[in-house]
Amino acid sequence: MTLEIKTAAIEPVRHTYAHIARRFGDKPATRYQEATYDAQATVNFHYRPLWMPDKELNDAGHTAIQMADWYALKDPRQFYYGAYVQNRARMQEGAEHNFAFFTKRDCAAHLGEAARQKIIFGLLPLRHVEQTANLNHMSGAAYGYGTAITQACLYAGTDRLGMAQYLSRIGLLLDDNSGSSLVEAKHRWMSDAAWQPLRALCEKMLVTRDWFELLLVQTLLVDSHIGQLFYRHFDQWLSANQGRDVAMLTEFVQDCLQDVDNWSDSVIKQAAAESEANRAQLQQWLAQWQPQVAAAFAPLAEAVLGAAGQAAMADAAGQIKQRQSKLGLATEENQHV
Amino acid sequence: MSKVYLALQDNDMSRYIVAAVEADNPGVTVIYQPAMVRMEREDSLTVRRSTVEAQLGQSWDVQELHLNLITLGGNVEEDDEAFSLSWVR
Repeated sequence: MTLEIKTAAIEPVRHTYAHIARRFGDKPATRYQEATYDAQATVNFHYRPLWMPDKELNDAGHTAIQMADWYALKDPRQFYYGAYVQNRARMQEGAEHNFAFFTKRDCAAHLGEAARQKIIFGLLPLRHVEQTANLNHMSGAAYGYGTAITQACLYAGTDRLGMAQYLSRIGLLLDDNSGSSLVEAKHRWMSDAAWQPLRALCEKMLVTRDWFELLLVQTLLVDSHIGQLFYRHFDQWLSANQGRDVAMLTEFVQDCLQDVDNWSDSVIKQAAAESEANRAQLQQWLAQWQPQVAAAFAPLAEAVLGAAGQAAMADAAGQIKQRQSKLGLATEENQHV
Repeated sequence: MSKVYLALQDNDMSRYIVAAVEADNPGVTVIYQPAMVRMEREDSLTVRRSTVEAQLGQSWDVQELHLNLITLGGNVEEDDEAFSLSWVR
């Protein structure tokens, strides 16, 4: 007697939601598509926000940038909640491992005194800058239009919180969990002359209303400076001054920054490609903010990196220029260095 | 002339790999079976890291293919850039 195993293939009645099928055709959709496209309400709001009666609850008018379809600003990483959380959990596992190793091997004890002081003065106050970055991205999550951009902004915002927390933990490793280094770093942030221009810039960003403007300034201008000054040149300075192990602790922050860069580049590129008006608006914002951002970081680069400060600022300007041309936002005029 | 084949579990991750295989291998036949996607092609079939990464929007290690792999037929050649099957020696 032989057994024959047969499989019966059952065609599903519908492959996906009707609104997804209208966009992509009636075939199995990705999780990202189902969790993102047209998820945000667009009509039939019962009331207007009391604090802003000229706008609807979800309103595309919170930014000067205009899109025919806001879902064109999709996330190339295809992060919906589940994918994002899984991805970051993996990254965090690596980071926790590094922190545990640093503690177990007592690497903090092997830091030179100069390196320790420089970290407290030059790196820890950055957590306050990251908090501003968090609020800038949250502004996109609150006032943006279309789930594609609002959810990605929310993830970027939580990334920044994580980055700020890891910076805080570096401080706690240096002061045996007493928090004294963080108190000192806060004091530097509030009153040290080198940090004040950057603090002023952060405050200016916090009262800027246009969320897309904030996204552009934060990810293209501020983040390029942070990456070059703190995670490249300061990293090199630490390597040369008995502080090499700290690189283990900033690994997560650097990976996150890179990830946010990739996403924001793709979003800004899409917005610029949409229309000439968008491109002109983005270029105008860049022209307006770039000198301010450079001026805010320059004294800090000088104070933290000394002679290498100039080179770091030039590298940041170079990186911005390079990214600009990739985004189709290159301008004829000379860049400020 | 015989066919090489690659069968993957039908899940969200495989979707991007299948899309990459379709982009890189003209004439590939994709057969959707219950819980399984089977890709067949005459002579050879290649899964390229760069193409999968473009579909996925994130970095992808060729080794990750094995997480969703059910079965395959063909001589395997694998490096950091691509995973390919062929009957050519």
